Amino acid sequence: MGFLTAQDEQAVTREFEKLTGPVTLTVFASELGPENNAQTVSLIKEVAALSDKIAVKVMNPHIERDETAAYGVSATPAVAVEGAKDYGIRFLGIPAGYEFSNLIDSIIAVSRGESQLKEETKAALAGLTEDVSIKVFATPT
Amino acid sequence: MRLAQHMSIASERVRSECVEATEFPELSQRYQVMAVPKIVINDTVEFEGAIPEADFVKAVLQAVSGKETL
Repeated sequence: MGFLTAQDEQAVTREFEKLTGPVTLTVFASELGPENNAQTVSLIKEVAALSDKIAVKVMNPHIERDETAAYGVSATPAVAVEGAKDYGIRFLGIPAGYEFSNLIDSIIAVSRGESQLKEETKAALAGLTEDVSIKVFATPT
Repeated sequence: MRLAQHMSIASERVRSECVEATEFPELSQRYQVMAVPKIVINDTVEFEGAIPEADFVKAVLQAVSGKETL
Protein backbone atom coordinates (compact mmCIF):
# COMPACT_ATOMS: atom_id res chain seq x y z
CA MET A 1 0.00 0.00 0.00
CA GLY A 2 1.34 3.41 -0.91
CA PHE A 3 1.66 6.34 1.44
CA LEU A 4 0.96 9.02 -1.11
CA THR A 5 -2.44 9.60 -2.63
CA ALA A 6 -2.71 10.52 -6.31
CA GLN A 7 -3.38 14.08 -5.14
CA ASP A 8 -0.20 14.08 -3.00
CA GLU A 9 1.83 12.79 -5.92
CA GLN A 10 0.46 15.48 -8.17
CA ALA A 11 1.27 18.24 -5.66
CA VAL A 12 4.80 16.94 -4.97
CA THR A 13 5.53 16.43 -8.68
CA ARG A 14 4.57 20.05 -9.25
CA GLU A 15 6.89 21.14 -6.41
CA PHE A 16 9.71 19.03 -7.86
CA GLU A 17 9.65 21.15 -11.02
CA LYS A 18 11.84 23.48 -8.93
CA LEU A 19 14.61 20.86 -8.70
CA THR A 20 17.76 21.85 -10.54
CA GLY A 21 20.52 19.50 -9.37
CA PRO A 22 20.67 15.86 -8.31
CA VAL A 23 19.49 14.79 -4.86
CA THR A 24 20.36 11.63 -2.96
CA LEU A 25 18.12 10.35 -0.21
CA THR A 26 20.01 7.85 1.94
CA VAL A 27 17.75 5.80 4.16
CA PHE A 28 19.22 4.06 7.17
CA ALA A 29 16.90 1.24 8.06
CA SER A 30 17.13 -2.09 9.74
CA GLU A 31 15.16 -4.91 8.10
CA LEU A 32 14.73 -6.53 11.46
CA GLY A 33 13.84 -3.27 13.18
CA PRO A 34 10.39 -1.91 14.00
CA GLU A 35 7.82 -1.44 11.27
CA ASN A 36 8.67 2.24 10.83
CA ASN A 37 12.01 1.21 9.23
CA ALA A 38 10.35 -0.52 6.27
CA GLN A 39 7.71 2.22 6.09
CA THR A 40 10.39 4.88 5.78
CA VAL A 41 12.10 3.01 2.95
CA SER A 42 8.75 2.73 1.13
CA LEU A 43 7.85 6.38 1.62
CA ILE A 44 11.25 7.62 0.44
CA LYS A 45 11.09 5.39 -2.65
CA GLU A 46 7.64 6.75 -3.46
CA VAL A 47 8.90 10.32 -3.17
CA ALA A 48 12.03 9.63 -5.22
CA ALA A 49 9.96 8.05 -7.99
CA LEU A 50 8.37 11.45 -8.62
CA SER A 51 11.56 12.95 -10.06
CA ASP A 52 14.40 11.54 -12.11
CA LYS A 53 16.70 13.92 -10.26
CA ILE A 54 16.31 11.98 -7.01
CA ALA A 55 18.25 8.82 -6.22
CA VAL A 56 17.71 6.54 -3.23
CA LYS A 57 20.30 4.58 -1.28
CA VAL A 58 19.29 2.20 1.48
CA MET A 59 21.80 1.32 4.15
CA ASN A 60 21.56 -1.24 6.89
CA PRO A 61 23.36 0.30 9.88
CA HIS A 62 24.15 -3.14 11.26
CA ILE A 63 26.05 -4.07 8.11
CA GLU A 64 27.27 -0.74 6.73
CA ARG A 65 28.49 0.48 10.09
CA ASP A 66 31.31 2.72 8.92
CA GLU A 67 29.16 4.56 6.37
CA THR A 68 26.37 4.96 8.92
CA ALA A 69 28.78 6.37 11.47
CA ALA A 70 30.22 8.73 8.86
CA TYR A 71 26.72 10.14 8.37
CA GLY A 72 26.41 10.64 12.12
CA VAL A 73 23.34 8.43 12.27
CA SER A 74 22.79 6.81 15.65
CA ALA A 75 19.23 5.49 15.38
CA THR A 76 16.88 4.17 12.72
CA PRO A 77 14.96 4.89 10.68
CA ALA A 78 16.89 7.92 9.52
CA VAL A 79 17.15 9.78 6.22
CA ALA A 80 20.01 11.96 4.97
CA VAL A 81 19.04 14.53 2.34
CA GLU A 82 22.01 15.40 0.14
CA GLY A 83 22.44 17.59 -2.89
CA ALA A 84 25.72 18.34 -4.65
CA LYS A 85 27.17 17.85 -1.19
CA ASP A 86 26.07 16.72 2.25
CA TYR A 87 24.69 19.79 3.98
CA GLY A 88 24.08 17.85 7.20
CA ILE A 89 20.30 17.53 6.94
CA ARG A 90 18.83 14.47 8.65
CA PHE A 91 15.40 13.16 9.52
CA LEU A 92 15.05 10.74 12.40
CA GLY A 93 11.86 8.68 12.20
CA ILE A 94 9.45 8.42 9.32
CA PRO A 95 9.17 11.86 7.69
CA ALA A 96 5.40 11.71 7.30
CA GLY A 97 2.65 14.07 8.38
CA TYR A 98 3.93 17.47 9.45
CA GLU A 99 7.51 16.53 8.62
CA PHE A 100 6.61 15.52 5.09
CA SER A 101 6.41 19.11 3.88
CA ASN A 102 9.81 19.76 5.47
CA LEU A 103 11.22 16.75 3.64
CA ILE A 104 9.95 18.07 0.31
CA ASP A 105 11.21 21.58 1.11
CA SER A 106 14.66 20.27 2.05
CA ILE A 107 14.87 18.19 -1.15
CA ILE A 108 14.18 21.30 -3.21
CA ALA A 109 16.61 23.43 -1.19
CA VAL A 110 19.55 20.98 -1.44
CA SER A 111 18.85 20.43 -5.13
CA ARG A 112 19.14 24.16 -5.74
CA GLY A 113 21.97 24.48 -3.23
CA GLU A 114 20.54 27.70 -1.89
CA SER A 115 18.97 28.62 1.39
CA GLN A 116 15.98 30.89 1.54
CA LEU A 117 17.28 32.91 4.45
CA LYS A 118 17.54 36.64 4.88
CA GLU A 119 20.88 38.22 3.99
CA GLU A 120 21.50 39.21 7.61
CA THR A 121 20.93 35.60 8.70
CA LYS A 122 23.42 34.33 6.12
CA ALA A 123 25.94 36.95 7.25
CA ALA A 124 25.56 35.92 10.90
CA LEU A 125 25.98 32.23 10.01
CA ALA A 126 29.03 32.97 7.87
CA GLY A 127 30.74 34.20 11.03
CA LEU A 128 30.33 30.91 12.89
CA THR A 129 33.61 29.49 14.12
CA GLU A 130 32.15 26.47 15.91
CA ASP A 131 29.96 23.59 14.78
CA VAL A 132 26.26 23.88 15.49
CA SER A 133 23.90 20.97 15.91
CA ILE A 134 20.20 21.76 15.79
CA LYS A 135 17.62 19.18 16.85
CA VAL A 136 14.01 19.87 16.00
CA PHE A 137 11.48 17.63 17.71
CA ALA A 138 8.19 17.32 15.88
CA THR A 139 5.22 14.97 15.77
CA PRO A 140 3.33 13.60 12.76
CA THR A 141 0.24 15.75 13.34
CA MET B 1 12.43 22.67 11.00
CA ARG B 2 12.49 24.63 7.79
CA LEU B 3 14.75 27.35 9.18
CA ALA B 4 17.16 24.81 10.66
CA GLN B 5 17.44 23.03 7.31
CA HIS B 6 18.08 26.23 5.43
CA MET B 7 20.73 27.17 7.98
CA SER B 8 22.45 23.87 7.19
CA ILE B 9 22.54 24.83 3.54
CA ALA B 10 23.81 28.32 4.30
CA SER B 11 26.62 27.17 6.61
CA GLU B 12 28.86 24.12 6.62
CA ARG B 13 29.01 24.55 10.39
CA VAL B 14 25.31 23.85 10.87
CA ARG B 15 23.84 20.39 11.02
CA SER B 16 20.11 19.89 11.47
CA GLU B 17 18.17 16.87 12.57
CA CYS B 18 14.40 16.60 12.56
CA VAL B 19 13.33 14.06 15.16
CA GLU B 20 9.93 12.44 15.08
CA ALA B 21 9.34 12.68 18.82
CA THR B 22 6.83 9.85 19.27
CA GLU B 23 9.11 7.33 17.53
CA PHE B 24 12.04 8.19 19.81
CA PRO B 25 10.57 8.44 23.31
CA GLU B 26 13.93 8.07 25.06
CA LEU B 27 15.44 10.92 23.09
CA SER B 28 12.34 13.02 23.67
CA GLN B 29 12.51 12.31 27.37
CA ARG B 30 16.20 13.14 27.54
CA TYR B 31 15.49 16.53 25.98
CA GLN B 32 12.29 16.99 27.99
CA VAL B 33 10.05 17.46 24.98
CA MET B 34 6.67 18.55 26.35
CA ALA B 35 5.46 20.48 23.32
CA VAL B 36 6.40 20.52 19.65
CA PRO B 37 8.14 21.82 17.75
CA LYS B 38 10.92 21.91 20.32
CA ILE B 39 14.32 23.10 19.17
CA VAL B 40 17.55 22.21 20.94
CA ILE B 41 20.80 23.80 19.78
CA ASN B 42 24.13 22.23 20.79
CA ASP B 43 22.36 20.69 23.77
CA THR B 44 22.52 24.06 25.50
CA VAL B 45 19.93 26.45 24.11
CA GLU B 46 16.34 25.40 23.64
CA PHE B 47 12.95 26.83 22.85
CA GLU B 48 9.47 25.70 21.88
CA GLY B 49 7.28 26.78 19.01
CA ALA B 50 7.96 28.68 15.83
CA ILE B 51 9.97 31.86 16.26
CA PRO B 52 11.03 34.57 13.80
CA GLU B 53 14.19 33.98 11.79
CA ALA B 54 16.11 36.74 13.60
CA ASP B 55 15.36 35.18 16.99
CA PHE B 56 16.39 31.73 15.73
CA VAL B 57 19.75 33.13 14.63
CA LYS B 58 20.18 34.76 18.03
CA ALA B 59 19.57 31.37 19.66
CA VAL B 60 22.21 29.78 17.42
CA LEU B 61 24.74 32.48 18.27
CA GLN B 62 23.89 32.15 21.95
CA ALA B 63 24.54 28.39 21.77
CA VAL B 64 28.03 28.84 20.35
CA SER B 65 28.90 31.61 22.75
CA GLY B 66 27.98 29.24 25.58
CA LYS B 67 26.10 31.85 27.54
CA GLU B 68 23.25 29.62 28.49
CA THR B 69 23.00 26.04 29.65
CA LEU B 70 20.06 23.70 30.09
